[in-house]
Amino acid sequence: MSDSDILSAGPVPEPADSKAIASLHFDPTAPLLDVQELRVDFHTHEGVAHAVNGVSFTLEAGRTLGILGESGCGKSVTAQAIMGILDSPPARVVGGRVLLSGVDLLTLNEDDRRQVRANRIGMVFQDALSALNPVFKVGWQLGELFRKRLGYSRTQARHEAVRLLDLVGIPAAAQRVDDYPHQFSGGMRQRVMIAMALALDPDVIIADEPTTALDVTVQAQIMKLLADLQAERNMGLILITHDIGVVADVADDICVMYAGREVEKADVYSIYDKPAHPYTQALLESIPRVDMKGKQLASIQGLPPNLTQMPPGCAFHPRCRFARQRCRDDTPPLYTVSPGRLSACHFFQEVLDT
Amino acid sequence: MGSTSPATEDPGAVPTGTPARGPSASGSIWKDAGRQLIRNPVFIVCSLIVLVVVSWALFPTLWTDKGKLECDININRTPPSWFPGTPPPGYDTDLDGYPLGTTTLGCDMYSQLIWGARPSIVVAVVVTALTALIGTTLGLWAGYYGGRVDTVISRVTDIFLGLPFLLGALLFLALLKSQSIWAVILVLVVLGWTQMARIVRGTALSLRDQDFVEAARAMGATNHRIILRHILPNALAPIIVLCTIYIGSFIAAEATLTFLGVGLKPPEVSWGITIAQGQAFAVAGFPHLLVFPCTVLVVTVLSFILMGDALRDALDPKGR
Repeated sequence: MSDSDILSAGPVPEPADSKAIASLHFDPTAPLLDVQELRVDFHTHEGVAHAVNGVSFTLEAGRTLGILGESGCGKSVTAQAIMGILDSPPARVVGGRVLLSGVDLLTLNEDDRRQVRANRIGMVFQDALSALNPVFKVGWQLGELFRKRLGYSRTQARHEAVRLLDLVGIPAAAQRVDDYPHQFSGGMRQRVMIAMALALDPDVIIADEPTTALDVTVQAQIMKLLADLQAERNMGLILITHDIGVVADVADDICVMYAGREVEKADVYSIYDKPAHPYTQALLESIPRVDMKGKQLASIQGLPPNLTQMPPGCAFHPRCRFARQRCRDDTPPLYTVSPGRLSACHFFQEVLDT
Repeated sequence: MGSTSPATEDPGAVPTGTPARGPSASGSIWKDAGRQLIRNPVFIVCSLIVLVVVSWALFPTLWTDKGKLECDININRTPPSWFPGTPPPGYDTDLDGYPLGTTTLGCDMYSQLIWGARPSIVVAVVVTALTALIGTTLGLWAGYYGGRVDTVISRVTDIFLGLPFLLGALLFLALLKSQSIWAVILVLVVLGWTQMARIVRGTALSLRDQDFVEAARAMGATNHRIILRHILPNALAPIIVLCTIYIGSFIAAEATLTFLGVGLKPPEVSWGITIAQGQAFAVAGFPHLLVFPCTVLVVTVLSFILMGDALRDALDPKGR
């Protein structure tokens, strides 16, 4: 990925960060983002909560990975661990590797790690109103990245801010650059947030529930914007959501998480066609559908397990309709269902056949 | 809506969005606050009063040609001729050139109030600045970093907070055996910074968990930058309000300590001394000895507080 398109406007000073980043020896042939066996623990008063329990996935440039799961299943913690912005204590990364173009981010010192943020990995937060600093104008906040990270002058940074706001489809960007976050509507605010994540032209964007705070029509616009920008810039996009409908249109691959583990990984078509894990199946059944109008909506009984007291065996067995004795005794490994398709269920064949 | 605009992606193109206003318009919150403040009549009046009092403190000779100690005991306690009520017999009310009468020691009340502004203002401003600096720094560290840093700072704060203000000040000043203005400043700072540290700590603690702090971290901001550019600006409102209350209460504290005899001492001139000397005679038919210095004190304190209030409103972007 080249840096030239974002830096093309105006005279370009030597990026202040380029040296520190260059020293990291990114390997362009390695997978863009390769997360291996990532584990994160939270040390709480009730004991150690295994929030992320050996998650692995690979993201290539230009692909979109949807991470699906209920609240508290470790989606956001995974994202924060990749970004390196976990609050520790109480959180601690206890194992695994996060390889960005071959460089293990978890072994970097804090300064190098900081350089990677925004430069290489951008993040879009769920609630743009609280993720933007309320006392500064959006243009100033956007420009801050260019001034501090690339050493731009105020005028140049402002030009860049206007250009970015324009890029994410904010009408009259040149005027709106002087507005405060609260003066924007919810959808426009999320666009500002996306502009901010895009600012330094990262290779990977992690969007943590980017549309949860928005209404349905705006949701569609924001998802389209993200997908367009991603295709245009050939970025890798990680889309974290609990809304199985949101990822269906844009994701290439889906990773379903439950209780800190991935339970199913597949490309988007096969997973929506025939889920290979009871949890995925139950999630799909709980989407309201027009042709099921008037009937009781299927839901998953019970609650996700307490992360400090995980049930033995498969974590999903207390809520699973396929559960039997083996599920209580053996933790299922990730079985290969078909090439590129994994499911952590002993009886995936049975699930596929229903 | 919903589409990206490819026009801006031309390599080498000048950005299409020309800023409507100059880059200066995108400056800090202070410029906007300034624009807001010059339209606020309360702020204008209060800041004029504060300016006048500050100019008394800086350039007293601009306002009076009488010296600091130019007093005549023969004409003491004389109320001005326009003052209501009749003075006790034997006191002349027709003194020329004494618009506010004379003090207990026969000095011109008007010039004494002007000369007395300096110690009050110096004490209040210096003490407020120092407490704000110490309290804000410690509070931001404690609130942002948490953990051991917080424990140490908070316990030290608690110890100082445990000292009763008046008793502590009396004790310190008695031990210091110095009644200079700097001794008063030192004592007030030592006893005064705790409340600021506590409030800033609490604010920083709640701001630390805000999404925009996490977002700033995700954008690669350093701790230093997060504290200074993200937490501090959002914590300014309580700091400013507390500062204005501090200025008022430190003016009063100086007067209190002086009144109790451990603060400033004659021949120094201050509002506290004038009030202390006047109070004995105020009920004995000379109310002007208390009315004038107290009015000046109250109006000054009130002006600072209202000014701070207006400033806080102006700094809150949601108030616009």
